[in-house]
Amino acid sequence: MRAAVSQVWDWLAEVPDPEIPVISLTDLGIIRAVEWQGEVLVVTVTPTYSGCPATAVINLDIEAHLRGKGVELIRLERQLTPAWTTDWITPEGREKLREYGIAPPIEGTAPDGQVMARVGALSGANLTVPCPRCGSNETRRVSQFGSTPCKASWVCNACLEPFDYFKCH
Amino acid sequence: MPSLPDIMTPDAEGLAAKAAHGGAHAPAPDADQDAFFEFLLRMGDNALILGHRNSEWCGHGPVLEEDIAMSNMALDLIGQTALWLGLAGEVEGKGRSADDLAYLRDAWDFRNVLLVERPNGDFGATLMRQFLFDAFHFHQLQALTKSADARVAEIAGKALKEVSYHLERSAEQVIALGDGTEESHARMQAALDDQWGYALEMFAGDATDAKMADAGIAPDLADLRGPWDATVQAVLAEATLAIPENSYVHKGGKQGTHTEHLGYILAEMQFLQRAYPGAEW
Repeated sequence: MRAAVSQVWDWLAEVPDPEIPVISLTDLGIIRAVEWQGEVLVVTVTPTYSGCPATAVINLDIEAHLRGKGVELIRLERQLTPAWTTDWITPEGREKLREYGIAPPIEGTAPDGQVMARVGALSGANLTVPCPRCGSNETRRVSQFGSTPCKASWVCNACLEPFDYFKCH
Repeated sequence: MPSLPDIMTPDAEGLAAKAAHGGAHAPAPDADQDAFFEFLLRMGDNALILGHRNSEWCGHGPVLEEDIAMSNMALDLIGQTALWLGLAGEVEGKGRSADDLAYLRDAWDFRNVLLVERPNGDFGATLMRQFLFDAFHFHQLQALTKSADARVAEIAGKALKEVSYHLERSAEQVIALGDGTEESHARMQAALDDQWGYALEMFAGDATDAKMADAGIAPDLADLRGPWDATVQAVLAEATLAIPENSYVHKGGKQGTHTEHLGYILAEMQFLQRAYPGAEW
């Protein structure tokens, strides 16, 4: 029996991101399509970062979860284009990130490689990231990378807590 | 539980068919497949070897945050390697996977530029090399997003987002260290003087490059030089560093003639597959 596509999307919304378990795969915006091709359920997934080690775990989790729901024939397809962007993280997903202590991405601040235009405005001075704990804007970047490829390390000068910033990508 | 489908291998046939039917890109040209394979090895091997060099900083960074940054850059580059070498294997058509190409070729079959195989040196030298490469990589990928081959264009589009960030980071660090203390300035200038002749190999075109440019698969390397010069000159000026006048070019890597350093990298990187062929975990 073939479950309705909308039902499958609801099931996928129950699968947590393995690195940031407070948000689901649908919150993250990496499920690009769900469709039945005959008796086979085809789920199209786009990777966040090329080398993100969570990708393999995500694929395993999707397959295991859908099998648990009774889907027997599943095919996962990878789609690179259009490349994943943090713009696809849902509003609910952003709020869940903040509550979890990760500052959500600030739209429109993805790097474009135009370093010349930004020389002098580098060092994160062009970006204000509110502290996810106390809300202060008195924060500074510690490193352009963090605990996973999708994050950078910041610290709050007001409450002194270090925090992760989910980079705009 | 049945084994999972391998979705890390690009659906090359599907994409080629889509391209041939006038998808988002022009039809895949009837290019010289051997040259195309060589080109894809160059893309993959540059990312693989620089990624491996970056990974050598894991546990050795000057501060924890920079240690993590180096490892994350390595991860991005090795992820890109899997895409490029995966496509190379498809184009070659002999059933070789990205892993086979990474772990089972010897030094003379690698096609990376000499710049990326050079030992890391100090942290400043590592960042200078990263910057010189990132600036090239960024402009190259930007051009490749318009490749006549849809498979190349989509990998480039994915990698470009990551490399834009790499370039911002390395440019910033080169400025901070170049325009830093007397000691850091001296080390960055020495690193630049040392690496300049190697960086220029990125623009040394050969018959493979010409074939790729003619087929519309890759940009003419000469067209990348202007944008690279502009980026590099602006950042190095801000970093108070002087571009060397010496224009001698160290080359050979793109054709498989490497420095002794590559052999040592492979000895470490490929050890497990050489000692335990086919090992998986």
